[in-house]
Amino acid sequence: MDTALFDAAWLLVAIPLAGAAVLLLAGRRADGWGHWVGVLASAASLVLGLALLVSLLGRDAADRVVDVDLFRWIDAGPLVVDAGLRVDPLSLTFVLLVTFVGTLIHVYSVAYMEHDADRRRFFAYLNLFVAAMLTLVLADSYLLLFVGWEGVGLASYLLIGFWNHVPANASAANKAFVVNRVADVGMIVALMLMFATFGAVDFDTVHAGAAASTDTALLTALGLVLLVAACGKSAQFPLQSWLGDAMAGPTPVSALIHAATMVTAGVYLVVRSGPIFTEAPVALLVTAIVGAVTLLFGAVVGCAKDDVKKALAASTMSQIGYMMLAAGLGPIGYAFAIFHLLTHGFFKAGMFLGAGSVMHGMKDDVDMRRYGALSTAMRVTWLTFGAGWLAILGIPPFSGFWSKDKIIESAFAADGGHGWQPWVFGTVALVGAGITAFYMSRLFFMTFHGERRWATELTAGDREAGVPERHPHESPLLMTAPMVVLAVGSLGLGGALAIGGGFATWLEPVTGHVEHHDPVLPIPVIMVATIVLVLVGAFLAWRQYAAAPVPVVAPRGSVLTRAARADLHQDAVNENLVMRPGQYLTRSLVYGDKKVVDGGAMGVGGLLAVLGAGVQRLQNGYVRSYAAMMLAGFGVLLVVVLTVWN
Amino acid sequence: MIAQAASTFVPPEVQWFALVPLMVVLGAGVVGVLVESFVPARARRPVQTVLTLGALVGALAVLVVQGWQWFGPEGTGQVLVLGGSMVLDGFSVALQGTILLCAFLAVLVVTDRTSARQDAFAPSAAAIPGSEYEELARRRGLEQTEVYPLLLFAVGGMLVFPAAGDLVTMFVALEVLSLPLYVLAGMARRRRLLSQEASFKYFVLGAFASALFLFGTALLYGFSGSVRLDGIARMSLTVAQDAPGLPEGWVLLWLVGILLVLAGLLFKVGAVPFQAWTPDVYQGAPTPITGFMAACTKVAAFGALVRVVYLLVVNAPPEAFDAVKAALWTVAVATMLVGAVVGATQTDVKRMLGYSSIAHAGFLLVALLGFNAQGVRAVVLYLLVYGVSTVGAFAVVTLVREVGPGGEVVGEATHLGQWAGLGRRSPLLAASFSLFLLSFAGIPLTAGFIAKFSAFEAAVRGTPYTGSATALVVVGVIASAIAVFFYVRVVVIMFFSRTVEGDGSTVAVGAGSAEDADGRGATAEEPEPHATQQGTPQRSSVVVAEGAPAVTVVRSEWGSLVTVAVAVVTVLLVGVFPQPVLDLVDGLTRLG
Repeated sequence: MDTALFDAAWLLVAIPLAGAAVLLLAGRRADGWGHWVGVLASAASLVLGLALLVSLLGRDAADRVVDVDLFRWIDAGPLVVDAGLRVDPLSLTFVLLVTFVGTLIHVYSVAYMEHDADRRRFFAYLNLFVAAMLTLVLADSYLLLFVGWEGVGLASYLLIGFWNHVPANASAANKAFVVNRVADVGMIVALMLMFATFGAVDFDTVHAGAAASTDTALLTALGLVLLVAACGKSAQFPLQSWLGDAMAGPTPVSALIHAATMVTAGVYLVVRSGPIFTEAPVALLVTAIVGAVTLLFGAVVGCAKDDVKKALAASTMSQIGYMMLAAGLGPIGYAFAIFHLLTHGFFKAGMFLGAGSVMHGMKDDVDMRRYGALSTAMRVTWLTFGAGWLAILGIPPFSGFWSKDKIIESAFAADGGHGWQPWVFGTVALVGAGITAFYMSRLFFMTFHGERRWATELTAGDREAGVPERHPHESPLLMTAPMVVLAVGSLGLGGALAIGGGFATWLEPVTGHVEHHDPVLPIPVIMVATIVLVLVGAFLAWRQYAAAPVPVVAPRGSVLTRAARADLHQDAVNENLVMRPGQYLTRSLVYGDKKVVDGGAMGVGGLLAVLGAGVQRLQNGYVRSYAAMMLAGFGVLLVVVLTVWN
Repeated sequence: MIAQAASTFVPPEVQWFALVPLMVVLGAGVVGVLVESFVPARARRPVQTVLTLGALVGALAVLVVQGWQWFGPEGTGQVLVLGGSMVLDGFSVALQGTILLCAFLAVLVVTDRTSARQDAFAPSAAAIPGSEYEELARRRGLEQTEVYPLLLFAVGGMLVFPAAGDLVTMFVALEVLSLPLYVLAGMARRRRLLSQEASFKYFVLGAFASALFLFGTALLYGFSGSVRLDGIARMSLTVAQDAPGLPEGWVLLWLVGILLVLAGLLFKVGAVPFQAWTPDVYQGAPTPITGFMAACTKVAAFGALVRVVYLLVVNAPPEAFDAVKAALWTVAVATMLVGAVVGATQTDVKRMLGYSSIAHAGFLLVALLGFNAQGVRAVVLYLLVYGVSTVGAFAVVTLVREVGPGGEVVGEATHLGQWAGLGRRSPLLAASFSLFLLSFAGIPLTAGFIAKFSAFEAAVRGTPYTGSATALVVVGVIASAIAVFFYVRVVVIMFFSRTVEGDGSTVAVGAGSAEDADGRGATAEEPEPHATQQGTPQRSSVVVAEGAPAVTVVRSEWGSLVTVAVAVVTVLLVGVFPQPVLDLVDGLTRLG
């Protein structure tokens, strides 16, 4: 019974994949009912995931890593790869996060996308995403993981550009796609290194090989290329530029893919590759630095964004920065990284759905400067968003408190609590929490509180001031219900899993058991400092955005504000450092290609054409000349034979 | 006296069970002939279809059972029929299976009358093109259902060909498979003169090739006193050991003999310099028959070629072996280059596929010239992949039609310029065709890549005795690169070029290639011989002029659709998950 259930684990992937296939192949015929197929497929995977959870919980901790062999995938001489799934606490955590949040978002989308003519296609892509994401997390080798990795990239691309009749959306999709290719190169190089070094690409062999290897330089290189891959997927510095633009996709997509699940795949990769990173302290340190930089970067950008989805995206970036930082702390931080990932998945998805609900009531406007005082008009949205807000601030007992606080504590205990690392990482994490409180409160107050900056009926003065006409209303039950569920998760999930260290213990078969070092500051001090900073940040936001009037048109702002609005000029840096030289290079290459390669090819082509026409002339259609040719040909062969023979 | 004769004559064991697939196919052919006589005209078509498809499936089923019994995990090994006239080893069973599979798919295309409600065959093949009698037959709605038994007879010959253990059986099989094909090639409903011309050319040149083969057989018999392949091989081994009592230059007999036999076989596979018939016949024959011929004949002929090369050539005396090897290298190089280079100048899709088939014959020869077991496996895999995708590609060709002046669907639009924009109008069909082309080109993730890779790999490995054929592989890679050009060009035409309509600047070709709608076939306005026209520089443009007939895509009844679908799935499946097929071929292919 038990093993039969695990043998059926492939259905986790197969069901949503079949769902996607049905939806795509059935065409317009499925327009009427297709979305429910999508919901059902996702829900079926969730049920199977829950069954696996129950089964896994019934086992001893030592037996909780289950490898399910599927089939021999590649047998190419020295490279043999079996396609197999690994069901263990880490992958199952992801499975449940993906399918649970995924199913809720499927339900939400039924209503959100109701008036879209392509709703069926949307659900097909969502199902495709779920299947690919589950492949990614369930794979038992880096190669199969890469299949899922590319699959989620594809789904992400298709969904960002879902409304590709708007050129900006299409180019946003392209941007995400291109930046992610950089990450893929990292992944591919990692695969090559693994095969060259360990002769295999499955987790067991590679991790055992890494543990036994003494070649630190190689392991560091491996860790760094894996980190490049992780940075691209998880929008970490310096490959973070695509995430803001990715908000061009429909909001449920932003919630599922670009907040809760896909973007956290990088963190998963680092944690899954823990045995490699553990042996490569430099790579680990770089990971932590990347996390710390992104954490501040995202937070600063988030303070200046007026687009509600882009502000949330900046926040996602920053929160994943926290996770990366935690993962970069080594085994001590792996469990906390995943824990924060889980709670973040709930509260951030909840807030994105809330933002979608607000947009739904506000004619798809995303400019927070034209929101305000929506708490009365959209009560459920306000309450559920509030739960997410308190969770990300880290107010006890909301989920975020339990996970983020642990990361800050661990940051203060970095490098065993010696040297400069605990102070730097700890301070960054601490300050980041304060800034997070400021910008999330800003977002919350600007949207739901303060004066309203819209009107149900416009006066002449309103028109002049740029106040829009809006009729906000609460969203239908299909949208609010998932938000309520996620809000409950934002409220209770963290505490439920954290108390007694339950979650860390659950992950121990994967992350290993580690002794925790004492932070450089006493834990109560850290906790109090965090909460004080958070309250200060929230208070500042309240004073500026709830108590004081917010201008409908954004003021010019300081240099820092303007820079933050422009994503700290990351795009400009990318353009000047990468795009322009790249364009120059390609232009010269194209020139060279035209002159040299094409010239050569055309020359050869022309020669071949002449040659072909010549031989063609022999093909004159007369059977007598064909027969003569055969005879002559036979004569030539006979001459060849006799010459060689003698 | 009689008693004495009886005691020395040991009757060979027939092995009836081994002959069941053959008897099913040929028996169904005979029944098919009876059907023509006794079943009312209206019912013939469904009866023949069911009979033919049933026979092929039945034979395939028996073959699978046999394969399992002989070469499964507890296999008993190869079976000698009639004391070795036929050798059923894993290799021949694998090829027979491929032949039956491809024949099945090809027959599906043959049966398909499409939404135009007409099959590809002349209503009365015996009528003179353009005659009143033909017109009458057409109006009466006659159908030439003799096609089906003819196909079955051809398949019967093909089944024997790769399994033949002696040169006489091989020759009989060669004729049994060829004669129906000569007839079938001349039965096209449209462009009947072209078709009859193709038939005639095929027949004359085929007869010529058969004569070469037979003459070679005679010489080899003179050399060894046996027509059995193993007998000849034994004799050449004896000669190699300088056995006393043989006249000087005895080996010359073997050399000329083997070269003649090889020439006969190389004609069938379409290798240079015996390739001239291929484009003309491929173009002229009814398209479903072209698909059948291109796939199944090549499989059968390569089977026989492999057997001759691996039993006779390999066991030759060393210096004679080198001489024949040099000849085969010459043939392989010339075949690959001619196929690829001339293919690149073609503007007719059927001719292009014809040259493509020549190029593939070259690549197959490369695999063969590895002279190792891996080469045999590569040949089997290559033939399977090539056969299935070829049938699929020609099935697509049957669906792209011209529209006559009255708006009715007429013959196939085979000029490449007419395929422009097909990707926009029928994306699935064009995508399938592109997939076949990419597979022919050997692009990774298609079956063609796996096949070509294993072919080249086998050649590079070679054997310690024969050396490696790396130089040949280099030529093969170059030829592949050239061939990619003309495959991809078609993809570009289908997907990326606008439909040219009314562009006066283009060269005037194609006008008049659509015959009148009533299927009489173009007669007077086409100069003869038709193929001459193909050679004129005009044809080098792929653009169709103003006044060219419009092009439409007809809906398949179901047969072509199934064939294309099966071929697409096979190409993708073997391309992405090659292992099961590789394992199957490895398990089966052990040459006796």
